Amino acid sequence: MGIQCKNITFGYSKDNILFENISFSVDYGERVGIVAKSGFGKSTLAKIIAGYEKPIYGEITVDGKPVSKKGYNPIQLIYQHPEKAINPMWRMEKVLLEGNVLNDYIIENLGIKREWLKRYSTELSGGELQRFSVARALCENTKFIIADEITTMLDAVTQSQIWHFLISECEKRNIGMIIVTHNMYLAEKICTRIINLEDMTFE
Amino acid sequence: MNNIPEIEIRNLSVTFNMYDRGLRQKNIKVISNLCLKAEKGEVLAVVGSSGSGKSLLAHAIMGILPKNAVVTGSMKYKGLDITEKRIKDIRGKEICLIPQSVSYLDPLMKVGNQVMIKNNKSCFEKMRKAFRRYDLCENSEKLYPFQYSGGMARRALISTAEQTEPSVIIADEPTPGLDRKMAYRTLKYFRDFADRGKAVIMITHDIDIAVEYADKISVFYGGTTLETTRAENFIKGEKYLYHPYTKALYNALPQNGFKAVKGFQPSPYEVSEGCIYFDRCDKRQEKCRGNIPVSVFDNGSCFVRCIYGHSV
Repeated sequence: MGIQCKNITFGYSKDNILFENISFSVDYGERVGIVAKSGFGKSTLAKIIAGYEKPIYGEITVDGKPVSKKGYNPIQLIYQHPEKAINPMWRMEKVLLEGNVLNDYIIENLGIKREWLKRYSTELSGGELQRFSVARALCENTKFIIADEITTMLDAVTQSQIWHFLISECEKRNIGMIIVTHNMYLAEKICTRIINLEDMTFE
Repeated sequence: MNNIPEIEIRNLSVTFNMYDRGLRQKNIKVISNLCLKAEKGEVLAVVGSSGSGKSLLAHAIMGILPKNAVVTGSMKYKGLDITEKRIKDIRGKEICLIPQSVSYLDPLMKVGNQVMIKNNKSCFEKMRKAFRRYDLCENSEKLYPFQYSGGMARRALISTAEQTEPSVIIADEPTPGLDRKMAYRTLKYFRDFADRGKAVIMITHDIDIAVEYADKISVFYGGTTLETTRAENFIKGEKYLYHPYTKALYNALPQNGFKAVKGFQPSPYEVSEGCIYFDRCDKRQEKCRGNIPVSVFDNGSCFVRCIYGHSV
């Protein structure tokens, strides 16, 4: 079953519609690339699917049921700007505790250094922070991960490190992924399927 | 034609003086021995590991580092030292910075108004022309930054550089969040700008784009430049790149094998003598712990900082 998005329409007001009638589904274990031009509303769509923004029309279901507002969100969004997604008043170990992932396996495989755990988010670089964002999303209750341009601000080596681990984890745990990226080489390398949203709205 | 580079940086070091515990102070060296040249008519791409001091370099040139930063080494603009007083006269006029974070936009001001330098007709026309080039419609002039997407804010920031006619543009990650078409349009603007005899320093992670539009690529790691090479060497293949980190970057690209070298860049707290890439290098030797020679190639315009030089 997986995630089903039905006729998602969104705009900031009635006469300013951003996109209309977006429908697609993502199954467990799939890695679906989402492509569209800048300003189309890809990040907004990602937020809608993860439940942080309400569409004007349309619904999102997981396994046929709407996502409950209570408890752990099975759809985890990894954001483009880690510095905006991490509480600057928390030490990094608290950030990992929030996702219940403060374990050696994740810390070691994502290349998180022990001493970083005692620091605050402002004391780490973007690449270091993004490792924490990825770790935090990998709680055992996660069923789907939305990766919204998670490596665009990282160098190629770090990008490759993070993707290798994320993909191997998702394959192992049968997590479905929605991947927003502008890098077609990357999309072709890691996605099992690519959807172009611009083709969809005019159907 | 004179051959004085627009911007020349030699052995630049930036140290932050910070309070540790209580009143004890410590110094953290975030940039060391950095060398870089931006020549007329050239686009220089600066690539490299995140947190390697790329943005700090831009801020050092513009003189907008925080007060606790100590800068040593030499920075020259058109052959003359960039002093604190001089940079105040030329920044925003002769040297323009396109900042990295979209949060550099004033959240309380309509975007169109903050892109205009003065509130008059010609500035308005310039702003509108730049907005049109980047597909920002007339409506978006009147929006506030929170109503912008990441890519739109980026395009507005790029438009700011078109409001004056500088001789150097320093663009700090101008392309994240932009689709390919927009990214290429931006790069085309930089290319045309350089072709008019100006210089562009473009900090980026997008090697694919850098390779297509830049003349030279400078590779940063841990606060220093490891290699500067011609952009086409990134197309020719791994054996034309000399430094092991440059090779690792090349091989990590999705189209070149997507290989991930283990480990991470040492933090400024733990930098020791010798090669900064020592821990991760697969060709390291005992002498890499000592002084690393710089070997120059391509008529002095390129160099690599590695004991193997440019012969491997």
